[in-house]
Amino acid sequence: MSVSVEPTTVEATGVLAKEPAEALRPHAEDAFAGELAALAAQDDRPRPARWKLSPWAVATYLLGGTLPDGTVITPKYVGPRRIVEVAVTTLATDRALLLLGVPGTAKTWVSEHLTTAVSGDSTLLVQGTAGTPEEAIRYGWNYAQLLANGPSRDALVPSPVMRAMAQGMTARVEELTRIPADVQDTLITILSEKTLPIPELGQEVQAVRGFNLIATANDRDRGVNDLSSALRRRFNTVVLPLPESVEAEVDIVSRRVDQIGRSLDLPAAPDGIDEIRRVVTVFRELRDGVTSDGRTKLKSPSGTLSTAEAISVVTSGLALAAHFGDGVLRSGDVAAGILGAVVRDPAADRVIWQEYLEAVVRERDGWKDFYRACREVSA
Amino acid sequence: MTGLEKGGRATVGGGPLLLGVRHHGPGSARAVRAALDAARPRVVLIEGPPEADTLIPLAAEEDMRPPVALLAHAVDEPGRSAFWPLAEFSPEWVAIRWAVEHEVPARFIDLPATHTLAWGKDEGAGERPGEGVGDGDGAGSDAGSGAGSGAGPGSEAGSGAGPGSDAGSGAGPGSDAGSGSGPDSDAGSESGPGSDAGSGAGPDPEAGSTAAPAADADVRIDPLAVLAEAAGYDDPERWWEDVVEHRGSAEGDAFAPFVVLEEAMGALREAYGSGGHDRALVREAYMRLQVRAARMEFEDEVAVVCGAWHVPALRQKTAVSADRALLKGLPKVKTDMTWVPWTHRRLSRVSGYGAGIDSPGWYGHLFAAPDRPIERWMTKVAGLLREEDRIVSSAHVIEAVRLAETLAAMRGRPLPGLGETTDAVRAVMCEGSDVPLALVHDRLVVGDVLGEVPQSAPAVPLQRDLDRIQRRLRLKPEALERELELDLRKETDAGRSRLLHRLRLLGIGWGEPAVSRGSTGTFRETWRLRWEPELSVRVAEAGVWGTTVFAAATAKAEADALGAQALADVTGLAERCLLAELPDALPVVMRILADRAALDTDVGHLAQALPALVRSLRYGDVRGTDTGALAGVAAGLAERIFVGLPPACAALDADAAEEMRRHVDAVHGAVGLLADVPAPRHGDLRGRWHSVLRVLSVRDTVPGVIRGRTVRLLLDDGELGQDEAARLMGLVLSPGTPLADAAAWIEGFVGGGSGGGMLLVHDERLLGLVDAWLTGVPADAFTDVLSLLRRTFSAYEPGVRRTLGELVRRGPGERRGVTAAGSGIPGFADGLDSARAAAVLPVVRLLLGLGEVTQGAEGNGVDNNLAGVAG
Repeated sequence: MSVSVEPTTVEATGVLAKEPAEALRPHAEDAFAGELAALAAQDDRPRPARWKLSPWAVATYLLGGTLPDGTVITPKYVGPRRIVEVAVTTLATDRALLLLGVPGTAKTWVSEHLTTAVSGDSTLLVQGTAGTPEEAIRYGWNYAQLLANGPSRDALVPSPVMRAMAQGMTARVEELTRIPADVQDTLITILSEKTLPIPELGQEVQAVRGFNLIATANDRDRGVNDLSSALRRRFNTVVLPLPESVEAEVDIVSRRVDQIGRSLDLPAAPDGIDEIRRVVTVFRELRDGVTSDGRTKLKSPSGTLSTAEAISVVTSGLALAAHFGDGVLRSGDVAAGILGAVVRDPAADRVIWQEYLEAVVRERDGWKDFYRACREVSA
Repeated sequence: MTGLEKGGRATVGGGPLLLGVRHHGPGSARAVRAALDAARPRVVLIEGPPEADTLIPLAAEEDMRPPVALLAHAVDEPGRSAFWPLAEFSPEWVAIRWAVEHEVPARFIDLPATHTLAWGKDEGAGERPGEGVGDGDGAGSDAGSGAGSGAGPGSEAGSGAGPGSDAGSGAGPGSDAGSGSGPDSDAGSESGPGSDAGSGAGPDPEAGSTAAPAADADVRIDPLAVLAEAAGYDDPERWWEDVVEHRGSAEGDAFAPFVVLEEAMGALREAYGSGGHDRALVREAYMRLQVRAARMEFEDEVAVVCGAWHVPALRQKTAVSADRALLKGLPKVKTDMTWVPWTHRRLSRVSGYGAGIDSPGWYGHLFAAPDRPIERWMTKVAGLLREEDRIVSSAHVIEAVRLAETLAAMRGRPLPGLGETTDAVRAVMCEGSDVPLALVHDRLVVGDVLGEVPQSAPAVPLQRDLDRIQRRLRLKPEALERELELDLRKETDAGRSRLLHRLRLLGIGWGEPAVSRGSTGTFRETWRLRWEPELSVRVAEAGVWGTTVFAAATAKAEADALGAQALADVTGLAERCLLAELPDALPVVMRILADRAALDTDVGHLAQALPALVRSLRYGDVRGTDTGALAGVAAGLAERIFVGLPPACAALDADAAEEMRRHVDAVHGAVGLLADVPAPRHGDLRGRWHSVLRVLSVRDTVPGVIRGRTVRLLLDDGELGQDEAARLMGLVLSPGTPLADAAAWIEGFVGGGSGGGMLLVHDERLLGLVDAWLTGVPADAFTDVLSLLRRTFSAYEPGVRRTLGELVRRGPGERRGVTAAGSGIPGFADGLDSARAAAVLPVVRLLLGLGEVTQGAEGNGVDNNLAGVAG
C-alpha cells in the first residue's frame, strides 16, 4: 500500500508548491514561507546540522514575536513558552519527541510547525492507525521491479521515516498509540541505533545528522496500544495542556465557531459571546474539578470536555437558534448540548452534573435562565 | 563610591570588610566562607538581634543542626514574637559557624529585638488594615490568625510572626508585622506578587522584614527587581540565580563578588534613597554604631555579614550623634530569645511560614554539592523516583542532564537552574506528567529536613504561655491521676476545657475526656488529668507550631486538616476545633471539609458526616461560637446528599438497604435541625429534602425498607396525606409485589425507630391493608416473610401489640374511628361515661399545675428547665 502512496504524496507536494492557492489547506512551509525566510535571514545563532533555523529561531517561529527588522512572526502556538522550549531543545539533543495531550490541544499542529521550522518540510508523515503496517515505518517493495529485477535499492520503496534518516530531516508519526505494538517497536532500532537495516539487501540506511522524529499521541483515549517501556524511554515527553485561561479558551471557541458557522451558512448570532463564555466556564469548571473562583471543588465527569467539544456544543446551539429559535443563541439552545457532552456515563456523570447544577449554577448571579434550561433538559 | 572602592581593594586596610549577602542564598554563603577564609577577621558582625549573642556558642554544639531559627518573643506576651530562620546554606549561619570554628567572636548588630518587637506592638491596632494588602510577603502570611489581635494577647502573633519573616528571611525583625495582620492564610502563602517581590529581594531582606509599616508598602522598592530589569530579566529570582548563585565556587578574588554587588546596591540607593524602607534607616544607624564600636576594639579586622541592601548605608560616613539621634526614644519591650528547630518546609513560601525561598532543598543541594551539581541533582531525583517504583535508568539520568544543559544554553543561562532541571525531569523521567514531579518538588526541591536544637537551649515560649494559662486557670500539672468535672457555663471551667482540648489537638495528652457521670448535658465535661514528665518534651516539640497555646493549636489544626484523608477525619477535626474554640482554624477546616465532601462519591460517607456537623453546630451554639461557616458547609453537604441519594439507593442488598435506611433517618434528623439554623443558602432545605424523599418513595428500584421509611417520614411531616400513604401502601402490598419487598416496606414504614405501632393503632385503614395482605400471603411463602414481620412487630410495646391484636381480631377497618363509638374493645363500654371520667380531672390539673395562675408560671419554668437539660 505504502508503495503506491509515497510517489503520489511527493507529487502532490510538488503541485501544492506551485499553486498553493488551490489547496484546501496549504502546508505550513508554504503558508508561512515569508516568515520562515525572514527568520532565516535574521538568524545568526548557531544551527545544529541540517537545521534550517537555530533552536532559538524555531521557538520564535512557534511562539511569535517581532524580529529586529520589524517582521512580525505570528504565534503558531498559544501556550506556555516552556513547552515549546523543551520540545525544540529535545529535537536539538537528538532525542525523539513525544507530544501528548487530549484531543484538540494542537498536537498535530505543533508537530507540523516544528518540522517545518527545523527541516523546512512537514510532509514526511506517517499517519498511525490500527492498520499501519511495518512498511509504513521501514520500507516497502515495488513488486513489479522486485519480480523483474530481483531485490535491489531500485525496487525498494522507502518510508517517510527512511527518507528522513537518509536526508537528515525530521519525520512525523501521528497517533503513535494507535499503531499496533509490534509495529511501534520497529521504531526502537531507528531511535536507539539510528540505523535501519535492510536484511534483504544486506545493507542498512544510517541516519544522517539532523534526523529526528516527532510522534503525537492521545493520552485520554482508552483502548490504545500503550508504548512499550523500551520505546517510551527513547522519547522525551511533552504534554500539551488545555488552554490556560477562560479568556484564551473563549477566544479560541468563538473564533472557531465563527469559521464553522460561516461555512455552514448559519446566520451570525448577535449576542452569542455570553453563552459561549458560559459554555466554556462550565466545561472548564467540570474539567478542572474546581469552580472558577477556586472556592468550591467539584467532581469531574468521565468525558474529556475538550475545547473541541465546547466548539461543537456552541455550533449546534447556533444551528438550533438559527433554524428553530429567534436567531439569538440562548441558554436553552446550548443546555442540551452541554448535557450530552457532560453526561457520558448515565449513572455517575448524571449525579456529578446535578451536583454541579445545584451547588454551583443555582447560586450564581445571572445564571437563573441557564439553570432553568438545564433543569428542563436534565429532568 | 569611594568607600566601596576601598572595600574592594583593601579589604583589611581601608575599613571593615562588608559582605553584602542575600539571605538564604547558597552562592552568597559560599562567597562569605571564601571571603572570611581569605580575610581572617578578628571579629564577625552579623545582621541579627544582639540579644542572641549569648546563644551563639550553642551553634557549635553537636546536636545543633540547621535549619533552626532564632526566636525572639516578648516575655509578658509570648505571642509577640519574631523568627530569624537560618538554614545550612544561609550566609549568616556560615558566618556563625566560621566564627565558632575559628574561635573568633561573633556578634549580632541589628537593632535589638526589644525595639523591633515593640514596634509591632504600637501598630497592632492602628495599621493593620493596610497590611494584609500591602505586604503579602511579610504580614499577610500570618496563618489566618489575624482576627481579634486586640483581645487575645498576641495570640495571632504566634503564627503571624513566623510568616512575617517570610521575606524578612534572615533579617526580619519586622517580622513582628505578623502580629495582627493578614486575616487569612491564603493571603500569605499565595500572596503571589506581593511575596514574590519582597522575598525576591534577597539581598534586601528588609523589603519584607520592615513590612510592619504598611503605610509605605507601595512605595518600597524591590532592589533585585530593579537590577534584574536593568539586566533584561523579567524574573528577579532568576537573575540573581544566574549572576550570583550559579557562579562556580569563587575563583580568584574572594571579594570581587561583594564589590560588584555593593556597587550595584550603591547605585540603587542613590536612585531610590531608602526605597521606602524607613525603619531600615534606624536599623542601619544602629548597625553603624555597632560596627564603629567593633572597629574601636579590633581596628579594621572586622567582617560584617548583612543584607546587600545595607552595605552602602554601612559604608556611609555619618556623625555618631546623628545616628544616636535616630535611635532616641525607641519603644521597648522586655524580650527573651532562644533557638527553635525549623524545617525546610517552613523556609519555603508554600507553607505560609516561608522565609522567602521556594526551593530550600535545591539551594541546600547547590550549597552541599562539591561539584557537578546538575548531575548530582538528577541522580538524586532518579533515586527518589526509583524508591517510588518508577522505572528510571541511568540512561534517563544522562538524557535529563543533556536536556537540562541544552535548555539552559537555549535560554541563554550560564548553568541549568531549577526551572531547566525541572523541565528536563518532567520530559525525560516523568513522561510529561506533573504527578511524579509534584513528588520531586515536595521531597527534594522543598525537602523534609528538620532542624534540631540542643537541650540546653532556653525554654520555648509555648511552655511559658502554658505556665501562665495554668496559673490563671488554677490548673496545676500533677503526676497523680485525677478526675475533673467542668461546668462549661462557668468562665473558668470553660477556659479549662478549651485549654485541655487545645492541648489534645497539639498531641499533649494531659487530659483525656471521660464519660460524664449523671448528666449528659452538653455544658458538662469530665476529664481525667495526668501530667507525665514526657509531656514537657511534647510541649517543646509543639513549639514549632506557635508561641502560644492558642496559636499553636490553630496552626496544628490547620495542618491536620490539610493532611486528613477521610471525610470523617475532617468533620471530627471541625468538632474538635469548636470544642477547643479555635475560630481562626475553622475557615481552613471548613474549606477542606467542603473540598473533601465535594470529591467524596460515597453518599454513605456524606450522610455519616452530616449529623456530626449538625451536632457541632449545636455545640457551637452552647459555647457561643460563630458557626455561620459551619452552617454553610453543612447546607452544602446536605445538598450533595440530596443529589446523590436517589442513585445511591438503587440496587442494594438487604444489609446495604438497612444501612441506607439508617442514613436516611440520620439525614432526616439533621436536616430538621439544620433548617432551624438561620444561614444563607438554607432556603427551602426542608422542602428539597421532602422532594428527595418523594422521589425515593415512588421509585421501584429503591429497596422496600427505604421506600417504606420515606413514606413514613413524609407522612409524619404532614407532606403526604393519609389517603396518599394508604394508596402507596396499597400499591406495595398488592399481589404483584414480591413478598420480601412488601415485608421490608412494612418494616420501613412502621418498624424500627418510627414510633412503634401507634400509627397502625390509630389508622385502621392502614392496619386493614396490612391485615388483608398478610392473610393473602400463600402458606408456603409465609415462613419467608415471617422473620421480617416478627422483627417489625416484636419491637412494639406490649400494650401496642395487645391493642393491635384486639383490633385485628375484631377485624380492622370495620369501625369508623375511635371517637365514633360503635363496637368498642371487648371489656369496655361502647360510650364514654363522662361523669366518671370527670372525677380524674382535678388530679390531672394538679399534676399539670393548671390549678392556680402562680403555680402555672412556676410549672412552666420547671418545664423549660427540664427541656433545657434534656437538650
